[in-house]
Amino acid sequence: MIGNLDTALLQQIWWILGSVVGSLFLFLTFVQGGQTLLWQVSADEEEKSLIINSLGRKWELTFTTLVLFGGALFAAFPKFYATSFGGAYWVWILILFTFIVQAVSYEYRKKPDNLLGSKVYETFLFINGSVGILLIGAAVGTFFTGSNFTLDDFNRVTWTNPLRGLEAAFSLFNLSLGLFLVFNARVLGAMYLVSSIDFSGRPQFEARVRRSCLISLVCALPFLLYVLVSLLLMDGFGFDQTGKVSMVAGKYLGNLLAMPGVLGLLLLGLVLVVWGVVSTSFMNGTRGIWFGGLGTVLVGLAVFFTAGFNSTPFYPSKADLQSSLTIYNASSSHYTLTAMTYVALVIPLVLAYIAWVWRQMDARPISAEDIEGRKAY
Amino acid sequence: MVDLGMVNWARAQFALTAMYHWLFVPLTLGLSFLCAFYETIYVRTGREEWKRLTKFWMTLFGINFAIGVATGIILEFEFGTNWSNYSWMVGDIFGAPLAVEGIVAFFLEATFFAVMFFGWDRVSKNFHLFSTWMVAVGSNLSALWILVANGWMQYPAGMAFNPDTVRFEMQNFWEVLFSPVAMAKFTHTTSTSFMVGSFFVITVSCWYLLKGRHIEMAKKSIVVASVFGILSTCYAAWTGDESAFVNASTQPMKLAAYEGLYDGERGAGIVAIGILNPAKQPGDKLDPFAFEMKIPGLLSLLANRDLNSFVPGINDLVYGNEQEGIVGVGTMMEKGKAAIGDLTAYKAAKKSGDEQAAQAALARFTPNQPYLGYGYLLSPEQTVPPVATTFYTFHIMVFFGVLALVLFACFLVFTVKDSIAEHKGLLWFGVASFFLAMLASQSGWVVAEVGRQPWAIQGLMPVNVATTNIGAGSVQTTFFMFLAVFTLLLAAEIKIMLKQIKIGPEGL
Repeated sequence: MIGNLDTALLQQIWWILGSVVGSLFLFLTFVQGGQTLLWQVSADEEEKSLIINSLGRKWELTFTTLVLFGGALFAAFPKFYATSFGGAYWVWILILFTFIVQAVSYEYRKKPDNLLGSKVYETFLFINGSVGILLIGAAVGTFFTGSNFTLDDFNRVTWTNPLRGLEAAFSLFNLSLGLFLVFNARVLGAMYLVSSIDFSGRPQFEARVRRSCLISLVCALPFLLYVLVSLLLMDGFGFDQTGKVSMVAGKYLGNLLAMPGVLGLLLLGLVLVVWGVVSTSFMNGTRGIWFGGLGTVLVGLAVFFTAGFNSTPFYPSKADLQSSLTIYNASSSHYTLTAMTYVALVIPLVLAYIAWVWRQMDARPISAEDIEGRKAY
Repeated sequence: MVDLGMVNWARAQFALTAMYHWLFVPLTLGLSFLCAFYETIYVRTGREEWKRLTKFWMTLFGINFAIGVATGIILEFEFGTNWSNYSWMVGDIFGAPLAVEGIVAFFLEATFFAVMFFGWDRVSKNFHLFSTWMVAVGSNLSALWILVANGWMQYPAGMAFNPDTVRFEMQNFWEVLFSPVAMAKFTHTTSTSFMVGSFFVITVSCWYLLKGRHIEMAKKSIVVASVFGILSTCYAAWTGDESAFVNASTQPMKLAAYEGLYDGERGAGIVAIGILNPAKQPGDKLDPFAFEMKIPGLLSLLANRDLNSFVPGINDLVYGNEQEGIVGVGTMMEKGKAAIGDLTAYKAAKKSGDEQAAQAALARFTPNQPYLGYGYLLSPEQTVPPVATTFYTFHIMVFFGVLALVLFACFLVFTVKDSIAEHKGLLWFGVASFFLAMLASQSGWVVAEVGRQPWAIQGLMPVNVATTNIGAGSVQTTFFMFLAVFTLLLAAEIKIMLKQIKIGPEGL
């Protein structure tokens, strides 16, 4: 059945699936956002522990989604995987590094005899939430601003900038996208904490968390505006029917106008995020995370669709336009995409059990009694 | 030109990160099932001491799991960062198991892990038990997919080379999944990991018995772990035999190396104990062994299920053996070099639009394509892996495997007879057993990976063409970064683990 589908359609399906996983990851960065809020919104150790334990029940989902994102790109677009990870070496290594230190920090922070002391593990969490997300944003930014690589006839990559990917962080556009993601993660983090912590007897703590949601949005806005305006005005990368890549004036504005659905996703997403903040910071709501989360997913989808659809190379090369990667020249074979699509049919089941477990576990907010004793983080 | 420095640093980095990761994975695979067994007993009997016992082992499981996750993420991305040519050449096949692992296994682990640790007061007893089982199933499913990926590198099945894209492409998913090497890898790796997990429980429990603390908990833990250990060891012996059997047909050089067999023979014996002659080189007349004790005929039986069958040695495989129909590496290298030349000519003709020349080049290329990888070798002797490393690690692994069965049986019998506390020597042996098991487990991976050198993909792609085009300096730097951070985290993990063991099950 799926095997009869056209290769181009399978490639598009996998770009959509990759975009969904990537966008879900952006939503789940509420964990990283919460990590950077830790010192700012907590007044004592107990409040800190409430935050850590609330995030600690979810951090693995974010982590796993990142791993899946990598695995899905490897399987569906191996040329991208080989080119980007092998080429933009240092940016990926540093991102991974921040996730390595994150993975132990929840479990080890409060354990006696933990060698480094809880402050160091909290610093690891902060680095993961700030540097890690900033660099991920910068890496995503290169989908629009391009990278410095060439591919030979055997598809071997040569990176032409000695910084091996770190140069991405020195572009104002990429940097702004990164900072926007850092602050957006904080917006989501605050929303999530409001939904999952029992603030009984701690009104000031609650007020600080709710206020940080608004402050983070205000901090995010200038970067968002800069990214949006630049995106609409900049020349972009496009390819014609023969696959030849060239610079196209107003390419991304053109993409949004050519794909009004994507423009709709972007606008609706932004409205939902703002509504989530309003509901969290002004209306005492506890469900802001669902609006903010859905909004982030929609914005993420719009970003990835703009980067990859409408004859746009999603991983363009500034150094050699014809080396740019498109969803059509970077993908796996028809057979592999078909096999993977069958596997992907279980994704709804996976999402269903995650949602079911989330409901079971979060039916009651986390309170002081949950962080007593040895069982807590 | 190939930067050998970079290749070696990339290999060293993969070895480093994989071996660090492997300090924690077998424990996750084995202990997850043991936690599930303990909790099942608790749910069925309703007795609180089993709940406390379960929670205690889960605490240790959690500490280990966190660092397992931390050391694991880098491995997935290291294929891209250090081995990008490999990632492109075989990503069409190799990427799929990694993605499937994420979809079907990692989320199972991650989702139910939170319930297992924080759900005691939030979900029903049965749902909690279900979650614990799901963590065990998820962990072992993830092992399945990554070992399928590894198995494919050892025995590249279900694929074909596409000269237009210059890569290998998947032809049959089921052949990749159910290849005999992949299945042998999965079953042998998981069964031996169950042994490691069981020995971990025994090590900690023996320490308690020696200290006279938590005696009842320790005994209960040992009984379940020993039974699981005995069953796992029997299974591991069977899957180990199967692994050697598939090695004989798919990686005969590896088999020859771990047996120190230079000249093939009929009715070949297996080396029970041996010391290699360090001066021995392929092709010379020196005796391979300074000392050896052999069991006659057994290697032929294990490799081919026939006592009198021929098992090729290193020299037969390198230089060829006409009588046995074995083609030497030199001949394959010639074919490989011709294949590389014809492929380059094909690409050039395609680029210039000369379809006739392209087809001619393709016709020459196709029969030599299976030898493509040999064209990148510098000498026939390069196909010989480090024999001493492979030989000794193999024998350490097998020796401990046999010893393990005796140990598990002793622990079970003496604990059931309630006399275990009187056997101090055995208890000390028990304390050491986890470390020996870990040594054997790591040795097993050394056999598997060093034993297949110089191939990244058996027979198709040597490691020196699999790497990223990046200077050795960058890989060297990241090598030391990982060495530093993993060592630091390991030290923290050990300290935390020891403290938790010292505290025991109190307050859980």
